[in-house]
Amino acid sequence: MAKKLMKGCEAIGEAAIKAGCKLFFGYPITPQNEIPEYMAHRLPQVGGTFVQAESEVAASNMIYGAAGSGERVFTSSSSPGISLMQEGISYIAGSELPVVIVNIMRAGPGLGGILPSQSDYFQATKGGGHGDYRLLVLAPWSVQEAADLMQDAFDLADYYRNPVMVLGDGLIGQMMEPVEFKAERTPCKPLPPKAWVATGCSGDRPTNIINSLFLDPEVLERHNQKLKAKYDLMVRDEVRCASYGTDRPYEVLVVAYGTVARVCSTALDDLREDGVGAALFRPITLFPFPYAELRAAAENARAVLVVELSTGQMIEDVRLALEGSRPIHFLGRQGGMLISPEAVSERVSAISAGLPEEVRHG
Amino acid sequence: MQNDLIIAGFGGQGVLLIGKMLAYAGMADGKEVSWLPSYGPEMRGGTCNCTVVIADRPVGSPVVERPRVAMVMNLPSLEKYEGMVKPGGLLLVNTSLISRDVQRSDLRVVKVPANEIANRLGNPRAANMVALGAYLGATRAVSLAAVEGLVRETFAGKAKVIDSNLAALQEGYALGEREAADGKAVSQEVGA
Repeated sequence: MAKKLMKGCEAIGEAAIKAGCKLFFGYPITPQNEIPEYMAHRLPQVGGTFVQAESEVAASNMIYGAAGSGERVFTSSSSPGISLMQEGISYIAGSELPVVIVNIMRAGPGLGGILPSQSDYFQATKGGGHGDYRLLVLAPWSVQEAADLMQDAFDLADYYRNPVMVLGDGLIGQMMEPVEFKAERTPCKPLPPKAWVATGCSGDRPTNIINSLFLDPEVLERHNQKLKAKYDLMVRDEVRCASYGTDRPYEVLVVAYGTVARVCSTALDDLREDGVGAALFRPITLFPFPYAELRAAAENARAVLVVELSTGQMIEDVRLALEGSRPIHFLGRQGGMLISPEAVSERVSAISAGLPEEVRHG
Repeated sequence: MQNDLIIAGFGGQGVLLIGKMLAYAGMADGKEVSWLPSYGPEMRGGTCNCTVVIADRPVGSPVVERPRVAMVMNLPSLEKYEGMVKPGGLLLVNTSLISRDVQRSDLRVVKVPANEIANRLGNPRAANMVALGAYLGATRAVSLAAVEGLVRETFAGKAKVIDSNLAALQEGYALGEREAADGKAVSQEVGA
């Protein structure tokens, strides 16, 4: 198919359609309103249903119910709206249902602002809702990758019967870039028929029950351990990451995800011209986090710089990966302010010139 | 090789539209492109801007803090972006709405009386097209033909609008080209 210039939000919507998604439930919030707008327009064309819910709490319970039918379903929101959805997301994880949730992050806490941010990393990767559960979290750095990951997200959700989150920031949602959709797409996981759906059975098979309530502690513990085994499989099989400039010698390894990694890649190009060796490591899955891959990439560097649009969240996973083996620096902006390539270059140059580590451990 | 520019003006001047047209035209020319709008809590008549990157290889940062080119359609935009353009970069100034001179001496300046030209051509709303034409004439970042095609597509079915927009685009292009030939403007390789 020919390349089309699309906003990130529209590309995410079209990717869902291409992945066979038939249902969308959501509630408006900037900077992701183009997603529900797009779905409201496109879903009726493919025989699907769009519902603007009365609130994010309702939307998360609507995707919970719809997922039980086995149809592909997703919702999207931005940070404060995702907070409201956490109860539903926890129930969905507990009930082992496949849904896709898109968070186009804006700055917080509270209502915060509407400009880009990466301050929901903890919420996305470390829980958000209550209980022992994990989301599989995918973080695209371009509009094309957002479209690709969005399609994979449906396959991964179905395969693991687990909610999958596509985590972008306001930049991914609002910017336009060329996107190409493959005419024929093979799912990224083998997908058996959904034998667990609650669509009625007229007594011709045992009743399927979808539930997250287990009052017997022994039964609930077995359920918790079953979920844990599933997350372990994700850790073993689903880690995705990319690097940039690691094919040449480097002193400083920059770690960033999403659009911030794009900004860093330009900084690295500029630094090369100035003779400073630096490379980029980019986690694509935030859970599972590429601990071993990052540790290996950092072995070739003298120091590591973490760059985030937050006061430092992913940096905690970077610390776990490095286990104190390399000094760690941090560069962050907050509140919707962006990081420029120049700011990254400046910091990398300073580290390269011997700036001491400024991040305290523990 | 990378062309990047920030286009800024009042909401309603069509700065987002011409940025989009540049990105579309760049894509039609086989280049890598990105278009990033400002989406802050703006009000009608407030300022708005977009950043466009057109490159021969995949676009790195869609965020540009030191653009090679800035096109400023009103005074607040000149105030904001004059200091940000890379040394040796290009500043296109809509002199119809901006009466003060550019203060920096290390920039190439193309003065475009965009509103006056658009008014003379009978379509006051085409000032943005004059400015876009001037940018293309001065930099040849994408082909004029690609943008002309987009004008026909964007205003399909409105022959009069197409004609006046094309005239605005072409008049701007000639102006930009003239300024570039005079050595006041700059070719594609601006700054580092």
